[in-house]
Amino acid sequence: MSSDAATDSASHGQHAPAEGGRRDFLSLVTAATAAIGVGAVVWPFVDSMNPAADTLAAGAPVDVDLSPIQPGQQIVLLWRGKPILVQNRTPAALKVLQSKEMLSRLSDPNSRVHQQPKYATNWHRSIKPEFGVLVGICTHLGCLPEYFPNPSKSVPVENWLGGYLCPCHGSKYDIAGRVYSGVPAPYNLPVPPYTFINDHTITVGKNPAGHTFSLGGIVQI
Amino acid sequence: MVGLFKSEYKNPVVRWIDERMPIFTMMDKEYRNFPTPRNFNYFWNFGALALVNLIVMIGSGIFLAMFYTPNTSMAFGSVQRIMRDVNWGWLIRYIHMNGASMFFIVVYIHTFRGLYYGSYKRPRELLWILGVLILLLMMATAFMGYVLPWGQMSYWGATVITNLFSAFPFVGKSIVTWLWGGYSVGNATLNRFFSLHYLLPFVIFGVVFLHVVALHITGSNNPLGIDVKSKQDTVPFHPYYTIKDSVGLGVYLIVFACLVFFLPKILGDPLNFQQANPLQTPPDVVPEWYFLPFYAILRSIPNKLGGVVMMFTSVCVLFVIPWLDTSPVRSARFRPLFRPFILLLVVDVLVLGVVGAHPPVGSWILIGRLATTYYFLFFFVLMPVVGKFERPLPLPESISRPVLRGGGPLPAPSAGQPMEKP
Repeated sequence: MSSDAATDSASHGQHAPAEGGRRDFLSLVTAATAAIGVGAVVWPFVDSMNPAADTLAAGAPVDVDLSPIQPGQQIVLLWRGKPILVQNRTPAALKVLQSKEMLSRLSDPNSRVHQQPKYATNWHRSIKPEFGVLVGICTHLGCLPEYFPNPSKSVPVENWLGGYLCPCHGSKYDIAGRVYSGVPAPYNLPVPPYTFINDHTITVGKNPAGHTFSLGGIVQI
Repeated sequence: MVGLFKSEYKNPVVRWIDERMPIFTMMDKEYRNFPTPRNFNYFWNFGALALVNLIVMIGSGIFLAMFYTPNTSMAFGSVQRIMRDVNWGWLIRYIHMNGASMFFIVVYIHTFRGLYYGSYKRPRELLWILGVLILLLMMATAFMGYVLPWGQMSYWGATVITNLFSAFPFVGKSIVTWLWGGYSVGNATLNRFFSLHYLLPFVIFGVVFLHVVALHITGSNNPLGIDVKSKQDTVPFHPYYTIKDSVGLGVYLIVFACLVFFLPKILGDPLNFQQANPLQTPPDVVPEWYFLPFYAILRSIPNKLGGVVMMFTSVCVLFVIPWLDTSPVRSARFRPLFRPFILLLVVDVLVLGVVGAHPPVGSWILIGRLATTYYFLFFFVLMPVVGKFERPLPLPESISRPVLRGGGPLPAPSAGQPMEKP
């Protein structure tokens, strides 16, 4: 202890907060530096689990030739690990899409929920009415809905108008992927970004000029 | 309060846990207040560094295993994918690759520290044996890890090393076939090496735990090699050695980072950037640098079985040195005869390393044989004999004595203990 105890204790009141402040500042700077360092080390490891460059490249847009698809038929292709349904719809099927009977069964007939690009927000949910492109994943729990294009009294269920039926929990969609009301699935089937590069070829994964749409932005896939 | 531990913690949550499982009290005792000799030099950093290195290897390895494919047709390609396509994959792989080299640098220095300061002597024999066991497990892990990228050196290194076992009479051939799981090093070999390469680090972790348990019973050795006699001789582990270890850790990380970012391939063999080809043997099959001294011993003995036996002996002799060394004095500082011999052993091992990197032709054969002779002479002759004839220098009375004479203000001894009058 210094001999000048009085001065010491008098100055104590002034200096103590300053000393404490300096120590606090040093501790904060040290902790902050350490936190930045830890973050810089951890980030590459976390980021390594994101899709790799070749994985991303494998998800590039794909061209689909529509000419071999017969009216009433659909083909399934795998794009980014998801089944993409490409249909050639018959005039009869298009009529059903607009019929009162069908519309009365649907939960979101006007596609108000953001499950499709703007250019497919219409009664046929596609660019050209006769060609439909959908992501074939049920919006309930991710099963693959089955394709029953033809109206029937009993197959697959009574009074069927044509569309999709999910085998897991019985969700029903029309041929444009619009979900029925009163089924477990809450939303219409998503429409992926696609565009016509000529009369009979589409590119799945690419928007028409002037549009930006990606499946990442929709309500549910 | 029957059945509850009497915790001194005030914080109710900490106290609740501590009463039922006193890990906080234990951590305090073993890592905060743990009385540690006050005279450590920087050689005593390397145990902590080795533990950090093990964690780095397990961490980076877990991430590499997310992208690696253990199949002979895909392994090389999957490693190239890690280098080119996986986000930060190049960084993670270079950390793992150079981390192996750093691990051996750290562990070899740690082992030399133990040899020089007599850390293997009573009462630390078991502590030492567990350490040698860790070294052996590390060697096996490193060897199998080197096979995984399935480059030319991976394949031919695996072929040569597994064939060593064929030297053993009668059972040798069957052992090699069993190791391979086929007619040669192939897919079965690669698969089992991957499985074991993932398993062994966790086994090492377990043995490290036992190594530390044993250390905390006997307490640390120190540069003087004399026992702790009073509280004056020790300081609490925290903050004194946590800080000293942090300084060493900083230097270690700088060296590690220089390797990873500026010289990532300097310690590897360029041939391993070629895919394994069973139809073409490289001109000279050499292991990674950390195995070169042992490889030199193997090649110096002009007999297949003899070479194999001597190579294994050169590592396993470390298990028995607590009984080979006859001197009661631990630290080489006070052993005027032993000291030059053990320093010569360091030079000898470095020479063996250089010899191992060269094909066994011309004067390399002679140098290799002389160096091999000294290596075994040191352990089997000098260690037992020198202790009998050597006259050690006078040992200091206590650890605190020579430290205090060094001058300068001293840290206070263990908490709450008044300093004795000198």
